Amino acid sequence: MKYLLLIYGNEAHWDTLKEPERMSIYKEYMDLSAEWGKSGKSLGGNELKPIATASTVRVRNGKRSVTDGPFAETKEQLGGYYLVEAKDLDEALELAAKIPSVRWGSIEVRPINPH
Amino acid sequence: MATVARTMNIDQIYREEWGRVLATVIRMVGSFDLAEEAVQEAFTVAVEKWPAEGLPQNPRAWLVSTARHKAIDHLRRARRMELQEDDDLARTADSRSSLQKHSDESFLEESMRDQSGHHASMNHSSGNDERLSLIFTCCHPALAQESQVALTLRTLCGLTTEEIARAFLVPLPTMAQRLVRTKQKIRAAEIPYRVPDKRDLPDRLEAVMLVIYLVFNEGYAASSGDNLVRRELCQEAIRLGRILCELLPDDPAPRALLALMLLHDSRRSARTGPNNELVTLEEQNRTLWDRDEIHEGQALVEAVLRAGHRDEYAIQAAIALLHAQAETPAETDWPQIAGLYDLLCHVHPTPVVELNRAAAVGMARGPEKGLQLLDELAARGELEDYYLLPAARADLLRRAGRKSEAAAAYRSALVQVKSSPEKQYLERRLREMETEGS
Repeated sequence: MKYLLLIYGNEAHWDTLKEPERMSIYKEYMDLSAEWGKSGKSLGGNELKPIATASTVRVRNGKRSVTDGPFAETKEQLGGYYLVEAKDLDEALELAAKIPSVRWGSIEVRPINPH
Repeated sequence: MATVARTMNIDQIYREEWGRVLATVIRMVGSFDLAEEAVQEAFTVAVEKWPAEGLPQNPRAWLVSTARHKAIDHLRRARRMELQEDDDLARTADSRSSLQKHSDESFLEESMRDQSGHHASMNHSSGNDERLSLIFTCCHPALAQESQVALTLRTLCGLTTEEIARAFLVPLPTMAQRLVRTKQKIRAAEIPYRVPDKRDLPDRLEAVMLVIYLVFNEGYAASSGDNLVRRELCQEAIRLGRILCELLPDDPAPRALLALMLLHDSRRSARTGPNNELVTLEEQNRTLWDRDEIHEGQALVEAVLRAGHRDEYAIQAAIALLHAQAETPAETDWPQIAGLYDLLCHVHPTPVVELNRAAAVGMARGPEKGLQLLDELAARGELEDYYLLPAARADLLRRAGRKSEAAAAYRSALVQVKSSPEKQYLERRLREMETEGS
């Protein structure tokens, strides 16, 4: 079973961190990605650019509209993801609990619809 | 008469076996919905056949095997319909899903072949009892608590959706939808059907115990609703507590919970008066207390405390036991109860526990001491809308002989109280204060 682990955190908080702190978090992420890559747990994952770079597209009545955002009004923003292979929800939750951001943000665990 | 006895027998077997049979069939067919339907049908056949043919030698094995056949029938019908569709669609249907059906069916037939040996072991050891997997799955933390409670009552206790809806004062379609969504989430997110690892067990057990305790409290607190259904909830919670004890024979935690529920439940008949009004502990007719439940609760509390177990359930059970042991209100060991509340405040500090502690301290060390604690609690503002805070204040003021202040406190409690038995009690006390105080 595949699960998408969506990493939510507070961007404003991230911006207040000092360079050495950020570097150590990045290192944690790199180590984790390397470990999961080797064990085959991770099928991919990425960090996303800040929410200020996001755009939203809708088509209504055949007409396309593009807007800026979503805006960073909510407390936590989607900042990255992993796609993982786990035998059941318990294992997926266990993997999610290893993502560094889990300590200050939150991880949404979504099963992938298999077809 | 014989028919009546037999029907009652089937009811009893339904109550006792539903959860165990369903848990086993879920394991076999891998689906809550299919298993539930099949077990329901097996019981329907039992109700038709057993009165005429007599009870099978092993009703549980009979039910499991009948339910398994029913499940296979369902899968076959589904497959036939699919094949029919295949024809209609000129065999363009997805071949992969047919394969899936094939393997489901052969799996079922395989498990049917080894049923005789399997059943023998199932009857004797509770080690194979699938109810433990079932209860941990129903109380998985990824499910909302109200869903955990509903699904536990449906699957383990065999309560109907309608009964659960009535017990929680929720419209039937809402409860039905809640159950459907919960089962969908278990399937879609692949919440595992097993007992958690040793490492996770304490946390997960806590969630299971909380669900059982919520069921009990819902039945015990006469907050609203149908009394008969509520009494049933208490009984179901006690039954679940017993199952958990049986399944985890070396763990004191579920025993503490069971003791607590038994000791509270022992006062059931004494708690309400002829007009359904609340009768406080002090005024209860203690000869109405259920001695069997008290004795069972006492043995459990003593064993739990001997094992060195001191969680919030164990301490509350010890408090309940001290109340149960007092033959008259005057014989209540308030100093020891107040001491246990001090301990409970350390282990499980909540405003409601502090409120109870203040009331106990008022009884043990004098009303003024209790009032002082209540004032501190009120100053923090955490229990603002909770009628028991002014009610407890009123009670201690009454005991201190400060009647007009007591009357004022009863009045503010009456503004906040919701259930009518409790309202009747407060109104009576208020009248006493007004007539004697003026």
